[in-house]
Amino acid sequence: MTAPPPIAMLAELTHRCPLSCPYCSNPVEMVGRQSELATDVWADAFRQAAELGVLQLHLSGGEPASRPDLPELTRAAHEAGLYTNLITSGIGLTPNRLDALEAAGLDHIQLSLQGTRADLADRIGGYKGGFARKMAVAQEIKARGIPLTLNAVMHRHNLDDLDRTIEMAVELGARRLEVACVQFHGWATRNRAALLPTREQTEATKRKVAEAEARLRGTLAFDFVPPDYYSDFPKSCMGGWGSAGLNIAPDGKVLPCHAAETIPHLRFDRITERSLRDIWYDSDAFNAYRGTDFLPETCRSCERVSVDFGGCRCQALAIAGDAAATDPVCRKSPDHHRVTALLEDAMRAAEGAEFTYRVAPR
Amino acid sequence: MTLTLAPGDRPYLPRGVRMRADHLRGDQVLLAPEKAVALDPIGAAILSRVNGQASFAEIVDDLAATYSAPRAQIEGDVQTFLQGLRARVFLMVRP
Repeated sequence: MTAPPPIAMLAELTHRCPLSCPYCSNPVEMVGRQSELATDVWADAFRQAAELGVLQLHLSGGEPASRPDLPELTRAAHEAGLYTNLITSGIGLTPNRLDALEAAGLDHIQLSLQGTRADLADRIGGYKGGFARKMAVAQEIKARGIPLTLNAVMHRHNLDDLDRTIEMAVELGARRLEVACVQFHGWATRNRAALLPTREQTEATKRKVAEAEARLRGTLAFDFVPPDYYSDFPKSCMGGWGSAGLNIAPDGKVLPCHAAETIPHLRFDRITERSLRDIWYDSDAFNAYRGTDFLPETCRSCERVSVDFGGCRCQALAIAGDAAATDPVCRKSPDHHRVTALLEDAMRAAEGAEFTYRVAPR
Repeated sequence: MTLTLAPGDRPYLPRGVRMRADHLRGDQVLLAPEKAVALDPIGAAILSRVNGQASFAEIVDDLAATYSAPRAQIEGDVQTFLQGLRARVFLMVRP
């Protein structure tokens, strides 16, 4: 099959981060500083991405501000014609660095929010004083008028603060709020019991988001990612494997999604060894789950297959044991009982469950 | 807030939202925070007139004259299109 060109690229510049959130989307095995790509390799990757059709570049991590060359990287992406988005905790974004990023052509900042209060946010991020520093950076972003999205990662411990989260987004002048309920990949799978919200929290969240979305239309736009374990149907992961987006890890591995390395039989090419175009169109890893032909009959005969493409490959592997299976979140999946069992186990173990924090690489 | 544009409202693309050519796929694309919206020629014609100076009524007049189309129909189409962008905070207005 012929794949369309990619629209978005996530550049994980580093896995280093001052925070240790227990739901970190980085892989459990992280890349150390000595293996990170050099500035000129990234700059070349950005040019290749733009030529390939990428429009949106997400500069992410770890904490991308941990890279001293972040302004240079931003400038290279901007000069390649990409829309540049910085995905950050805010830690390390001093006024001087914000000056440099604005001068380099940064288009937008997505600021993460661990909680609405210092005690809770600092406990989740595992970083004392982080909330206060983040709020100072948020005020600095607002004063400069840099377009801002607040990304609130939600779970059992902060979903009840959703109303305050929405208020904060408006106060900080954000145009967009992501209410992103934790998805269980990587570090988060080690924290299911501590993080999974209850069904009641999930239902209340859906109601609150719908109400706020209607009330704030034109002021604050919402992106809502519900906790998919409670859904009837899976999420349309990445808009389909190798269909809309790609990800480059700190060491140059090019991945169809940030969790793809959890699928052990796939081999991923590096940007230092093969062109981005070749990797996107011709590599085995990107072609492995393109389209819908690989899916079981349950999916291929389903009218939703063009909506969700059978869901998430990493989740199919993690829960059903087969990356080509129907995402077990789907109520039609023969493995759906495993999700139900995970939910029940997590709810039983929830009381007093401690966080297993992410361990940062050096 | 109401999303309806009054005749004297002057719409503009806020910082972080811009239109550019998408040479690979053809046509124009609207780039906004973490979103890309493919524009058909009609959308591009409307947005090429959105500059923070022209009022909604002037934009409609210009389009009606350029395309020799009934003003009422153009006004409805432009209103719907711009409201859709305004709802997503891709477009703002000055009174």
